[in-house]
Amino acid sequence: MEQHVQPHHPVVALPKLGLRRRLAPYLLGLPAWAYLGFFFVVPLVAVLAVALETGNPDQGYVLTWHWSELTSTISQYHVQLIRSFQYGAISTLIALVVSYPVAYWIAFYGGRHKSTLLFLVLLPFFVSFVIRTLAWNFILSDSGFVLGTLKGWGVLPQTFHVLSTPSAVIAGLTYNALPFMILPLYVALEQIDRRVVRAAQDLYASHLVAFARVVVPLSAGGIFAGFLLVFVTNVGDYVNAAILGGPGTTMIGNIIQTSFLENLDYPTASALSAWLLLGLLLAIALYAWIFGTRRIQEYA
Amino acid sequence: MSDPTGLGDEQPTIDPAVLRGLTEGRYSRRQVLKAAGAGALGISFSGFLAACGAAGTNPGNGGTTTGAAAVGSAQWWAKQKKTGTLDFGNWPYYIDVTNHGKSHPSLHQFTAATGIKVNYLENIQNNDSFYAKISPTLQGGQSTGYDIIVMTNGWYLTELISHKWLIPLDLDLIPNFKKYAGPLFKDPAYDPHNTYTIAWQSGFTGIGYDPNKTGREITSVRDLFDPKFKGHIGMMSDNTELGSLGLLSLGIDPKSSSRDDWNKAADKLKQQRPMVRQYYDQSYINALERGDVWITQAWSGDIFQANNSGYPHLKFVVPEEGVMHWTDNMAIPVHAKHPRDAVEWMNFYYQPKIAAEVADWVNYITPVPAAKPILLKDDPAVGKSPLVFPTPEMTAKAHDYYTFKDYDDFQAWNSTFNPIIQS
Repeated sequence: MEQHVQPHHPVVALPKLGLRRRLAPYLLGLPAWAYLGFFFVVPLVAVLAVALETGNPDQGYVLTWHWSELTSTISQYHVQLIRSFQYGAISTLIALVVSYPVAYWIAFYGGRHKSTLLFLVLLPFFVSFVIRTLAWNFILSDSGFVLGTLKGWGVLPQTFHVLSTPSAVIAGLTYNALPFMILPLYVALEQIDRRVVRAAQDLYASHLVAFARVVVPLSAGGIFAGFLLVFVTNVGDYVNAAILGGPGTTMIGNIIQTSFLENLDYPTASALSAWLLLGLLLAIALYAWIFGTRRIQEYA
Repeated sequence: MSDPTGLGDEQPTIDPAVLRGLTEGRYSRRQVLKAAGAGALGISFSGFLAACGAAGTNPGNGGTTTGAAAVGSAQWWAKQKKTGTLDFGNWPYYIDVTNHGKSHPSLHQFTAATGIKVNYLENIQNNDSFYAKISPTLQGGQSTGYDIIVMTNGWYLTELISHKWLIPLDLDLIPNFKKYAGPLFKDPAYDPHNTYTIAWQSGFTGIGYDPNKTGREITSVRDLFDPKFKGHIGMMSDNTELGSLGLLSLGIDPKSSSRDDWNKAADKLKQQRPMVRQYYDQSYINALERGDVWITQAWSGDIFQANNSGYPHLKFVVPEEGVMHWTDNMAIPVHAKHPRDAVEWMNFYYQPKIAAEVADWVNYITPVPAAKPILLKDDPAVGKSPLVFPTPEMTAKAHDYYTFKDYDDFQAWNSTFNPIIQS
């Protein structure tokens, strides 16, 4: 009897255990999926659905599948949308160029001061980002201590100004993005095995070639993470344009903000948000396509 | 005393005189609000979303509207009893302050005189975000938690009125308003017969300038269109202010303007745009103080405060074409729990002595002209100022804003003037 039963036992029990085992990761992941669903997917769909509604805040908005809202908003605001992507791209690129040497230096030459240096990078976060942006208004004012001094020396013409120009907005975006670029770059550079770099040099690579062919490719994941954090935030930003900008620097975030809060024109705001989202997804897909996703996955 | 819960405690613990002298010009009420508004826009936006989600989740705050008589009628008011509590929502830095920002003498005297305790909440940062915050609650038929709110005349106040979200006032219960309110504040276009609102403070939107930079006296709206000042002209990003100035520049009274007039004004403002330095929120006053801007649209109270905080040379002028007059109004939202106490405060505030105390600190135009002789004695700098007590000539040039008929009307205005600001 026992001999008869025993072979059955594992045969019946194993698939059960296997099923449970196979489900376990999904069950454990359930809270995360629920979180993502409730706090991201549902609100996102709700907001995007508003784009297809018509009406006004008095009588309420009704879903009428008004697809032409999408085309009418883009024809009205494509200038600001394109401008946002330009500002976002330029500021991300400058932030990368400025941040890379900083992150590289901290990772390779920071020694025992690494944590202190990283703390210094993070230090500005202790001051509200609005206040930091406002401070540039004082630093860069027409007769402030920078421009005023240069004008006094005759280096700049009296009518020169930086504030209220596209440069000021891009500078503000870049400035606020620096820590978000430095930190992921640092993490990627820190993980690079120094022996790999030395090996390249043993194989007669110059410092420059070793850097370009070994260090940079190995930090691609960090570059992508920084790009994601900075580009996505900056394209949708509206604070820098509001504080440092002038006529002709309005970004799509400002338009969305005004439509939503001041005009109570929710369909326009939602339609523009949809365009912004679509544009960002395309830009990220393009990046991944050009530079390859393998390294990015490795990093993740 | 009535403890200023919430934001009141956040005011810096420095001598109020110092606070007033040093910070007021830079962080006047409207600026503070925009710092939180334009600056921390994200906060108001998230607050808006939070409010949306929270609407309808607080049942049981039905309020006092269960009587048979129509809300706000004389019979209804007769039934309302004093409760000894008043929840007063106002803008930051918009009342008298002593004791390191912890105490408001006028409210203290009110409590002493009537026994009504005041919860003074400086929670109104912006008309739009505050409206966004309370409208879902009102839509759901719930109490906002405020017995008095202060809103500027404009679209959002019009919305509150047209939704019947404010309790009609019984002016017989506010005899001091009838007796002391200035002519500028009675029967305003946006609220005929003061049915729903009475003024808290008001101000003019005229022109502020730095005579050292412009090199001449400014007298006209035309000066804002002078190519000599190219790159140093400030205009307001508030489209109501911008559009109204455009209309004034064409000699059109904004109050009775048509959509054709709006288009003409927009054309004129579009021509001006290449000369404009920036379309500013409240930060125009900093730009004027720093010298980035030489001539700008300006609020009277801001220039007065700048004059008293290190920039005495800046000037405010009522241009010959006219000046816009805005009013921040007290109103009682429906389902308020203590409407009778709210009316008590309104009546108390309109005593010249109390209005003078508030005006002395706030420096905007007080609705009680009889406060002038009191301030001439107590604080002549304020008492003499035409920016706090406008001269009859200034008052004669005051214009009312256009009152929007409905949302389409409001959207038509927005789509006319927003493209100028958001280019």
